[in-house]
This record gives sequence, structure tokens and C-alpha cells, in this order.
Amino acid sequence: MELKRLKEQMEPGHLACAGCGAALAMKLATKALGEKLRVVIPASCWSIIVGRHPDTTLKVPVIHSTFEVAPSIAAGIRAALDALGQKEVTVMVWAGDGSTYDIGFASLSAAAERDEDIIYVCYDNEAYMNTGIQRSSSTPYGAWTTTTPYGKRKHKKEIIEVMKAHRIPYIATATVAYPEDMIRKFKKAKEIRGFRFILVLSPCCPGWGIKESETVLISRLAVESGLFPLLEIEKGKLSITHQPSFIPVKDYIAPQKRFAALTEKDVREIEELVRQRWERLRREEA
Amino acid sequence: MKAVITGAEAVAHAVRVVNPDVISAYPITPQTHIIEKLAELSERGEIKAKFIRVEAEISAIAVVIGATAQGVRAFTATSSHGLLYMHELLHWTAGGRLPVVMAVANRAVGAPWNIWCDQQDMLSQRDTGWMQVFASSAQEAMDLIPISYLVAERTFLPVMVGLDGFILSHTAEPTELITPSEVEEFLPPPDYPLRLSHHDPFTLWPILEPNLYHRQRYDLFKDHQKALKAWKSAFKRWEEITRRGYRAVETYNTEGAKAAFITAGAVSDTVKYALDNLFKNEKVGLVKLRLFRPFPYDDIREICAPFEKVIVLDRAVSYGAEGIFSQEIRSALGGACPVQCCVISMGGKDITPEEIAAVYEKASKIPEGVVIWS
Repeated sequence: MELKRLKEQMEPGHLACAGCGAALAMKLATKALGEKLRVVIPASCWSIIVGRHPDTTLKVPVIHSTFEVAPSIAAGIRAALDALGQKEVTVMVWAGDGSTYDIGFASLSAAAERDEDIIYVCYDNEAYMNTGIQRSSSTPYGAWTTTTPYGKRKHKKEIIEVMKAHRIPYIATATVAYPEDMIRKFKKAKEIRGFRFILVLSPCCPGWGIKESETVLISRLAVESGLFPLLEIEKGKLSITHQPSFIPVKDYIAPQKRFAALTEKDVREIEELVRQRWERLRREEA
Repeated sequence: MKAVITGAEAVAHAVRVVNPDVISAYPITPQTHIIEKLAELSERGEIKAKFIRVEAEISAIAVVIGATAQGVRAFTATSSHGLLYMHELLHWTAGGRLPVVMAVANRAVGAPWNIWCDQQDMLSQRDTGWMQVFASSAQEAMDLIPISYLVAERTFLPVMVGLDGFILSHTAEPTELITPSEVEEFLPPPDYPLRLSHHDPFTLWPILEPNLYHRQRYDLFKDHQKALKAWKSAFKRWEEITRRGYRAVETYNTEGAKAAFITAGAVSDTVKYALDNLFKNEKVGLVKLRLFRPFPYDDIREICAPFEKVIVLDRAVSYGAEGIFSQEIRSALGGACPVQCCVISMGGKDITPEEIAAVYEKASKIPEGVVIWS
């Protein structure tokens, strides 16, 4: 399998919790992108995971950024690399949903509008996990967080739709449950010029209330239930890269403690969201 | 060659000659003419810099941080609320030891809205770890750009160059244009030892445990103090090349003077005019603060200790205390000479030579601790 042939860019000893989806995701992403890389990490779990001085878990150059401006720091690095004639180097932002959906949204939107030649990855664990599980605008309907103790009453922001409206050359979604699909998308993104956006669903064991051994399973259930479609949008053209089997939404929700207080009505609300989303996706794909 | 140009054009000309690789900025009055000129030069290919038109000042400084961390020279300019919006990343730039140079067209801050000149914007950023210099003419604004790059690149500390909004930024005056050969002789190409590289990968600015962080802050503190020397040698070298000399603290008419005004920026020329024309019977001098960070304690002590009194003309205030320059000068003098604080103008209130004379009169009648609001 190609996965094994690719060189590891992440070494053991990272500081993530056991079973962290975002750690697995970085391992795959950097494998696909290779060593000629710059990684910009805004404030997030990954500010910690990468390691404390003098240790670092990544073999590629990393620069820490404040919460809200990672795409702008990446744009500066890109411009400098171009000035130095190093056009072959990839610049990647690796941000959580806090940066992406909320505090860094202005700089993300602006960098996308300028079509900066960078890859922007959002590892989406659906809440502010680094500060101890507070809701973000990516937190899904009904989910418990410390700031939504009775469950969030709003659906998560449709970030893919938002990014699509920026007419950028490449958008994709991925999860660690489908590593070949994820590697292929990162490799494809690497070859495209301009602003590329990849959303990686990243289960968080303490935040979602799942077992450390369940990260991949939950990722797969998110896809198979239709809640997290695996797709790519190249120059505006949508393709679904994995056809889900549409298992009941309940099968995805039940193992997660964050959804413990969901009622039958809440589940129906989520099922309705999935139905509408897929109706739209099918229409757009056709 | 001389040209009649504004302070904004003077800064743009200096940046053109210094020739950075990356420029990023967000427009704000009264900085706009600097960046409009640079955007035009970049668009026409007359400068090599890529000009990145960002959505906010916080991103302008972020672009400059990214470019500098990757090893190239970068520039930005802002003013007032734009500078305040950068605040978080001002700390990040200095803590990250990046030799960034930024021009600041000094302007009041709201609320209420006010677009005119004072120095509250820059002085409220005093503790971010940036070095700060003030220009008092278009010529100085121009010269201070290459000088600041040299010092920044020798000390790995960022520099803000302040020029009075409108009074300098929008007023045309005869200015000697610096030439590429002068700057080439003065400023070597940038060579930053710490730049991102996949040949020798490292993680920039990871979490430092408390003892190491404390040590890193000590280095920042120490290097600021050491930077005084770098400024002095840069001023000297600039004078050798251009015959235009600068000092960390400059004086006018202070020989044998019994008192002196202290100020920074374009108001110093108004003071000079007042001293020449309205102080016929009294020997009063002017002390011009060019460098505010690092603070030139020794120079201030040496120059001011012989005076019976200094009157500081402040255009930035620490509310609940007094004028910011006054605080600094009082602390430098340590009682060697009484310091009278006068807040002379906030938000562009006119400063006339007659007012300078009136302030002097007033200062002679009230006790040292009372702040004069002129």
C-alpha cells in the first residue's frame, strides 16, 4: 500500500491525548506533502501537540502563529519563498475549528479571496478542545460542551459552502478512517496552485466522550451516516469521493457521550439535516 | 537631488531604495499616501516587492512576520487604530526577534473619532518590545527608514518610525532624496540566521518552560539596552555617508540655558521658532527626543541635569498619571532636575509659538507635580 512507502514526517513523542484524531491526521497529511513544507500552526491543540522546546514531533519546519492570522503569516512565507526562488516548497496552515470557523475567519476569507498559494487545513474537532471543550460555531446540533451544558441549539456552520462561495481552485473533506482517500487529496492539493482548503474531521476522545480506540471507528460512522460527506470540489465541480451506506444517524451519535442528552426529536432534526444536505449534494453533483 | 515632497512620499521613497521583498499594509488615514505610492510602484514593477493587500492591520503585520521569518526584508505602515489593532502581533514580532521596520503616521485614538495628530498611538505601544524613533521633518522620516533597518537587522529587534500625521505625512517640504548607492553602502543585504528551512528544520516559537521563557525575556531586555550603541553607530555611519547627522537626543540652544523644553516630533520646530523669537530675555533651550525605545537615560541625565527645570511637551498621556514622555524623563532624572509636565496637544489641537511662551510662564507659577493642560 502507498501509505507505507511514503516517508514519515512525524516522529513519536507528540503531546496529544491518546487516540487524538488530529495527531493521526497530521501524520497522514505530512506524509502526503513531503519534506519541502512549511507548517503554520495557530493557537490550537496542535500548539501543544507539536512539542515543547527543544522537542518537536515534526521533521518539517513549523512556525507558531497567534490564533487569528495563520493564513496571513502563511501568505508572508509564500511571498518570501517566491522571492527566494523556492516555488517548489508547499506552505500549509494547520488550524483547528476555533481559528477556522471563528476567530481567524476574516483572515481565512481574505487569503482565499486573494487566492494565496497555500494549503489551508482545518482539523475539525467541533469545539474549542485545547481550552477544555467550549462550543465553537462548528459544534454540531445537540452536542454537550462546557459552555453548552444542555446541548447546543444551533447547527454547525457549513464551512464547505462558505469556502465554495470564495471560488477557490480546490476544496476537499477527509477523515483518518479513509487514509487512502485523504492521502490522495493532499497529494492532489499539493500539485494545484492557489488557495486550497481541506476539512479533516478529527474526533477528540475527551471532548466527544469516546474511547481512545474509537477514533477511526467514529470517523467512519460520521461518513457512513452521511453526516460528514467525503467530497472534493475542483474549480467549482463537486465529486463525492466515497458513497456512504447511510447507516442510521443514531449509530454515529449513540457511542458519543457529548450527545447523551439528545431526544428522539433532536435525532430527527439531525436526520433531516443529513437528508437536505445530500439532496443538495446530489443536485450539485449532477 | 532635492525634491519638494511630503513625509509620506519621503517614507515611500526610502522604502523604494531599501528595496524589501514583501510589503503588506491596510489603509488608514493619515498613512494612506505611503502605501498607495508603494502599491503603485509594485504594480508597475518599479520595486521588486510583492505588495499584499490584506483585510486588516493585524494581517498586514502577520504577513510581514511570515516573510521575515522566512528570511526576507519586509515593510508595513499604519497609524492610530491600525497600530492598536496590531497590538497582539507587536508583542509577537518583538518576542520572535524579527527585524521588522514599520512607519507610523502618528494620530490620535478614539473614541471619539479624531484623525489628527498626537502620539498616543505609538506611546501606548511602549511595552511591546519594539524600538521607537520619531521624525520631525520629511527628511528625517526618509533617513530614519534605512537607519532603522540597519539597527533592526543588527539587533533583531523591530522598529517603529513615527512621523506626525498630516503635519509631516501630508506637508510637502524640500527633501534631499537618498540614493540607491548611499543605501547600498550603508545597509548590507539581509542575512537572518534564523529562517525557516527544510534543510535544517526546526519549530519556531514553541512553548518555553517558565525558566527558559524568563531567560528569553531577559535577553530581549538586555538586547534593548545594548541596542543604544547600535543606534549611535548607525547614526554616525549615516552621517559619514550622507552628511546628515542624528543623535538619540538632540539639543538646540541649550548651552548655558537655565531651563529647557523637551519634546519629540514636528512640534520641536515650533519650539525652536518660539525660542528664537519670543524668549529674547531668557536663555531657554530645546531637547529633542529622537529615540524613545531603547530610552537614552544617560543622554537625558547628562543633558538635563544642569537645568533648573525642564518642561516636557507631551502629546500622549497615561491617564491617572501624567504625560508619557514626562514619566520617562522624570524617571531618568531621578530628582536631578524638576520636571514639569505639559500636555500640549491631543488630537491635532494647534500649537503656536505664543502658546509655547505662555506654557513657560505658567510653569514658573505652579508646583512641579501639577500637570498643565495647555
